[in-house]
Amino acid sequence: MAGSQRVYKARIKSTQSLKKIFRAMELIAASRIGKARDRVADSTPYARAITRAVSAVATHARVSHPLTTPRTDTDAVAVLIVTSDRGMAGAYAASAIRETERLIDHLQSQGKTVRLYVAGRRAVSYYAFRGRELAGQWVGGSDAPTPETAEEIATELLRAFRAPADEGGVAELHVAYTQFVNMVTQTPRVIRLLPLEVVEEVVPAQEGEILPVYDFAPSAEAVLDAILPRYVRTRIFNCLLQAAASELAARQRAMHTATENAEDLIRMYTRLANQARQADITQEISEIVSGADALAAS
Amino acid sequence: MAELDVDLVTTDRTIWAGKARLVVAPAADGEIGVLAGHTPLLSVLKPGTIRVRLAEGGSVEADIEGGFISVDSNRLTAVVDGATLRTGSVTEAH
Repeated sequence: MAGSQRVYKARIKSTQSLKKIFRAMELIAASRIGKARDRVADSTPYARAITRAVSAVATHARVSHPLTTPRTDTDAVAVLIVTSDRGMAGAYAASAIRETERLIDHLQSQGKTVRLYVAGRRAVSYYAFRGRELAGQWVGGSDAPTPETAEEIATELLRAFRAPADEGGVAELHVAYTQFVNMVTQTPRVIRLLPLEVVEEVVPAQEGEILPVYDFAPSAEAVLDAILPRYVRTRIFNCLLQAAASELAARQRAMHTATENAEDLIRMYTRLANQARQADITQEISEIVSGADALAAS
Repeated sequence: MAELDVDLVTTDRTIWAGKARLVVAPAADGEIGVLAGHTPLLSVLKPGTIRVRLAEGGSVEADIEGGFISVDSNRLTAVVDGATLRTGSVTEAH
């Protein structure tokens, strides 16, 4: 029965090394999450400034802009899904993908054709495995997105939104990402980015307060032209940052659970190994005793 | 003398915030100077240099690649791309 003891020892060893890996990944995620949250906070002043400016233009200038006007010439819509590059984050990528699938079903039930834009290797491989066509994909750096990546994505999506219907133009742009609420809660969310709903951002004037009359230089149209693409880029960057913080939080929690599970397994295997050792000893003793008995009897 | 609250922000952080007497920015049709009490303004910026004359003397300069400024009730927010702050000029007295 020495065989089963050896098997348990081997399992304990391999579980211990797994536990070390899980622990390390938990600590790495924990050390990075603070930074990820800071980056979300650091990007807030820019987002707030740009939102204020957009709402100022919307309130004070009656101008229409291609980015705020709904398109009716095509039924194609773009969906951007933001997930992680790596797994080991529990249900993080899966729940973002599930939310996207729900959105796609909803859009298709309205008779729209969905074009998928994907950020994060997990979703890319998910759709590649299912043979779905991707209109655009970005991989790498999902846990520390750069403004450059956001700009690249925004440029591509804005190009699609401005393109004529027969050149891959889309009428709407939806983004599915994971909102970072706090360390324990991250909710998959879907937002419609284009055409812009400027109205929801407008701060209503207080009673009796006189709204300032803005000067626009060189013109309201030019100002809108300059800030609306920036606004889109900011929203996308914010989604990427929130998704990154969510990914790290999900990974930390998943790895914490994995470490605890590994500890449980090690404890269980240690008990089994002890039991096997006791059984071996008992068997040996009974063999010796019965051998001695047999000799004494003869 | 009245002062302007100035925020210089880029995509990922606030690069400078403080009180200023005068801000000169490269607006779309020429340099524009903003003093306290300026009428509300939204302007597109060209690549160039934003100069901030501080309230307590000295100045801050930042090279920018574009962006826009908004001025509203003595609060100036410059939303800029790819800004590099020239900290050396802060000590320069006026």
